[in-house]
Amino acid sequence: MSSLTKLMTTAAILVATSALAPAFAANTAITVGMVLEPPNLDPTSGAAAAIREVTYANIFQGLTRFDANGAIIPDLAKSWDISADGLAYTFHLATGVKFHDGSPFSADDVKFSLDRARAPDSTNAQKGLFADIASVDVVDPATVKVTLKKPNGSFLFNMAWGDAVILSPKSIATEATMPVGTGPFKFVNWVKGDHVELAKFDGYWGTAPKLDKVTFKFISDPSAAFAAMMAGDVDAFPVYPAPENLEQFKADPRFQVVVGNTEGETLLAMNNGKKPFDNIKVREAVAHAVNRKEIIDGAMFGYGTPIGTHFAPHNPDYVDLTAQSNYDPEKSKALLKEAGYPDGFTVSLKLPPPSYARRGGEIIAAELAKVGIKAEITNLEWAQWLEQVFKGKDYDLTIVSHTEPMDIDIYGRDNYYFNYKSEAFKKIMAELSGTTDPAQRSALLKQAQKRIADDYVNAFLFELPKTGVANAKIVGLWKNQPTPANDMSEVYWKD
Amino acid sequence: MRAGGNASGPSRSLEPMAPYLLKRVISLVLSLLAASVVIFVVLQVVPGDPASYMLGMNAQPETVEALRQQMGLNDPIVWRYLSWVAGLTHGDFGVSYTYKVPTGELIAQRLWVSLPLALYALFLSTIIALPIGIISAAKRNSAADYGIMGVTQLGIAVPNFWFAMLLVLLFSITLRWFSAGGFPGWNAGFFVAMKALTLPAIALALPQASILARVMRSSLLDTLSEDYIRTARAKGLSRGQTLVRHAVRNAMIPVLTILGLQFSFLLAGAIIIENVFYLPGLGRLVFQGITQRDLIVVQSVVMLLVFAVILVTFLVDIAYAMVDPRLRGRA
Repeated sequence: MSSLTKLMTTAAILVATSALAPAFAANTAITVGMVLEPPNLDPTSGAAAAIREVTYANIFQGLTRFDANGAIIPDLAKSWDISADGLAYTFHLATGVKFHDGSPFSADDVKFSLDRARAPDSTNAQKGLFADIASVDVVDPATVKVTLKKPNGSFLFNMAWGDAVILSPKSIATEATMPVGTGPFKFVNWVKGDHVELAKFDGYWGTAPKLDKVTFKFISDPSAAFAAMMAGDVDAFPVYPAPENLEQFKADPRFQVVVGNTEGETLLAMNNGKKPFDNIKVREAVAHAVNRKEIIDGAMFGYGTPIGTHFAPHNPDYVDLTAQSNYDPEKSKALLKEAGYPDGFTVSLKLPPPSYARRGGEIIAAELAKVGIKAEITNLEWAQWLEQVFKGKDYDLTIVSHTEPMDIDIYGRDNYYFNYKSEAFKKIMAELSGTTDPAQRSALLKQAQKRIADDYVNAFLFELPKTGVANAKIVGLWKNQPTPANDMSEVYWKD
Repeated sequence: MRAGGNASGPSRSLEPMAPYLLKRVISLVLSLLAASVVIFVVLQVVPGDPASYMLGMNAQPETVEALRQQMGLNDPIVWRYLSWVAGLTHGDFGVSYTYKVPTGELIAQRLWVSLPLALYALFLSTIIALPIGIISAAKRNSAADYGIMGVTQLGIAVPNFWFAMLLVLLFSITLRWFSAGGFPGWNAGFFVAMKALTLPAIALALPQASILARVMRSSLLDTLSEDYIRTARAKGLSRGQTLVRHAVRNAMIPVLTILGLQFSFLLAGAIIIENVFYLPGLGRLVFQGITQRDLIVVQSVVMLLVFAVILVTFLVDIAYAMVDPRLRGRA
């Protein structure tokens, strides 16, 4: 009898321990939610942020990279020398690096990747990043020399973009569906429409990641995203689509809410080439008619930093010019009168799909109505918006967030959809691209910010926030988004 | 049963079936051709360039041009139509602009979700609807009838996505019996996959079952007032026997029509439910294809759905002819 009891107790203990065992083992898998599915996984031939959100720093690496705060740090290039004239960059590459397909990484692959990106038939969405390269030469397997046509103070920054990653020539044909890089995680599989799975790459040359498995799950519907977090199907949602739920997550100890910055300057863009916005007084009037706080509260549930120019507020070179275009409807009305529009006018306001634009658009239309400007809202899909507004410049007003980092140079582009033409601004940009001295660059960047604020090119609204939700036990996720990325190399579970 | 036996055996009634079938097949092929032209033309008119969409706001015009060239978007329109249709005839749907994999592969993956989901929902809807429809008709004006009519009225009125959210709230967030959505794939095992499809199938089946039950009921009521039912009763069959052997069978024609329509709807129209449960189904593929201007995918999926609808209609026509041989003459 007693031996039977003993046996049963032992059995019970065995069953109990084996059942509990997985709970004690460290959790090394994570499921990350994303709103949009990447169209393919090749960051060198497509602009979709979702491609980078899966691959950047996980699968692919470049010569340099962004760290979590946006600083440029060494990646595949351990160090570099810059010639005195600023034209020659000699990169010293990491050694013992392997691609996920087993082929060894060397200077030849750097030459291959950079030459491919700048070739005449290249389909790189950011081909401009490589425009200043004159030649790429292999010095020895661990050294590559890049010669520029003219000095470019942003060259190391450009090489950190997801579009400038180094690819394996052997696997180039299948890059879009089976990406092969040198990063800490390798591609495992992709169930289209549902998830992409990555696994730790055992041959990784750097510090091994703490996670064994990363799954990116695609959930576009905001209420489905909420349900997936609540039910624990998804462990983290770094760019959570419904700011209205954030308070609920904050109140729940199972979750952490992480709010940081993106590089997205959100604008009420004006067609500077078209009446009535070809008149600077009218543009100034619009800028004063817009109440940033009301828009941030109403469209973004209070998340977002007001901006007064086209520059990220967390950047050390940022100048706060919000006071220059403060909310002042009386001044706005006076300016409209001065400009010859005492009774206002009617214009189109074309809105792309994101909620900041659709919700913000309603609020802005109401604000403009108060000063006599009637804005007629048209909602567009992205493809339509790109065709009509961005390419065709067939618009008066639109709302959009420019998410590329350090993109103030767009104001110096000919034929850009703002239709802004300023020789003074172009001069600043030309000077900037030839300057490598940090202090001078900073001064020029500040000048550029003031220039466009003084010209009231657009009504500058707010910096798009990165509002993320994650399980409270996850450590190491990026707070900010200096570039679209979900760097998983240092993420782990507490306990 | 009897008609099915005839169709497979060499009997008199085979003759009228063959020309009927031939006529139906010709009309099927013509409808498909017409649909392919309409679909192709409509999508060419839709504004938005797939290459610009892919390369985004920072791309240089020459890069967009290079990509357009690569995707074959600069070929003449008639050439693109003909090569698409030529491909379709031997099952080649072309390569997706954005995913860069054969469209046929994409569709096949999605069909493995959408088709089982549609069948699952149809199965649930049928096994619920037919019995309650029959009970309702057999016990007309009873408390059961009123109860069933009330519930089915509600089932039709409640939007299925809202019902789906309630299911998620109860079974996923509160009880945690099911995950809130997603599809693990059939590799994860049959029951795991079926479990993932259960809540969506219930959400889809509720309004369908309500409609089907009401159609079953009214169709059966019509049949029950026919003379031959009285005759059947007069020759000594019980109420139950009459119902099963004569009434229900004759009441099936409108029910079959609705079932055919519902299947097509479930296959193509589950898009909202697919979004609520983030299932990688056909509806979401079309939706993504449209926003990304992945025209090859959109036109191929729409074509496939047209084919499915036409095929189901064709099968339903044949089913009518089997249930009621008189219809064969009226093709």
